[in-house]
Amino acid sequence: MRAVWMIPLLLAGGMVLAGEVRHFDTPDQERIYKELTAELRCTVCQNQNIADSNAELAADLRNKTFKLVREGKSKAEIKDFMVQRYGNFVLYNPPVTSGTLLLWIGPFLFLLFGGWLLLRLIKRRRAAQADVTVDDAQLRRAAALLRGKEDSDA
Amino acid sequence: MKRWGVLIGFLVVAGLLTTGIYMAGKDPGFTRAIPSPLIGKPAPEFALPDLLDAGKTVRPSDYKGQVWLLNVWGSWCPECWKEHPYLDVLHREHGVTIVGLNWRDERADALNMLNKSGNPYTAIAVDPHSAAAVDWGVYGAPETFVVDKQGIIQRKYTGAVTPDIWEHELEPLLKQLAEAP
Repeated sequence: MRAVWMIPLLLAGGMVLAGEVRHFDTPDQERIYKELTAELRCTVCQNQNIADSNAELAADLRNKTFKLVREGKSKAEIKDFMVQRYGNFVLYNPPVTSGTLLLWIGPFLFLLFGGWLLLRLIKRRRAAQADVTVDDAQLRRAAALLRGKEDSDA
Repeated sequence: MKRWGVLIGFLVVAGLLTTGIYMAGKDPGFTRAIPSPLIGKPAPEFALPDLLDAGKTVRPSDYKGQVWLLNVWGSWCPECWKEHPYLDVLHREHGVTIVGLNWRDERADALNMLNKSGNPYTAIAVDPHSAAAVDWGVYGAPETFVVDKQGIIQRKYTGAVTPDIWEHELEPLLKQLAEAP
């Protein structure tokens, strides 16, 4: 119980470690900032958003986002600002354009192709199974095998 | 029939991978060279102090009417050391106007580098906090933008400018732009 007073200190330590303590005018601004930094890509990283990245460029983009949010810019306006400078690559959800169409429908094409392969395989198996003919002697032997008396019957 | 399906699948994947390898081989900067959306747009304006004369202000709009290069560099960037002597040649022998954007650098380190490998720049804007760099969509250093007489960005080159790049890509473009009104 004596250690309870340390909790705020620990929390503060975490904030200092994160390196950036942001003060917003409204909770709305903070929400926009958090959403944007999660949705904007650190363009020099391997698949990281700017909130998670320690890269200097990510820090620059966070600072710029923060500034624009404090200026009262809307989420869409800030996204536009970034796209105008860094291209659609900066967005984790790029808009559907002729250039990104394959990116969007590619996975579904692969799914269709895989489904088609699977269907063919199943049909082939069924056809192969239907071809199998079993005579009475084979059936008797199978039954004997199941009973574990193969040697005596064979 | 089954073999054909597998073969077609294999060829599709192999084709995609081969295209990727071919494109990466053709252009060493392929993996990082994301086309800049700023091509064909006006050069973003800034007003930053000059590295060599803090009383002076460097502005892109001051270069309207001439074709010029904006070269993003820093003393922390090894590729910049590599291209620096060649930029100096371009400036001295070809009379190219190069404006430097000294990015995220320490003043002393930047001056030291200029003393060592020459100063190819007509002016050097100091940008320690990426104020202009973010506006220009800079990813890393070195990056070189070609700006025409109207102040429109015509080309962005990522990586060190080499004699090969200059002769085949930049010089023809600069000549063409110099002749345009």
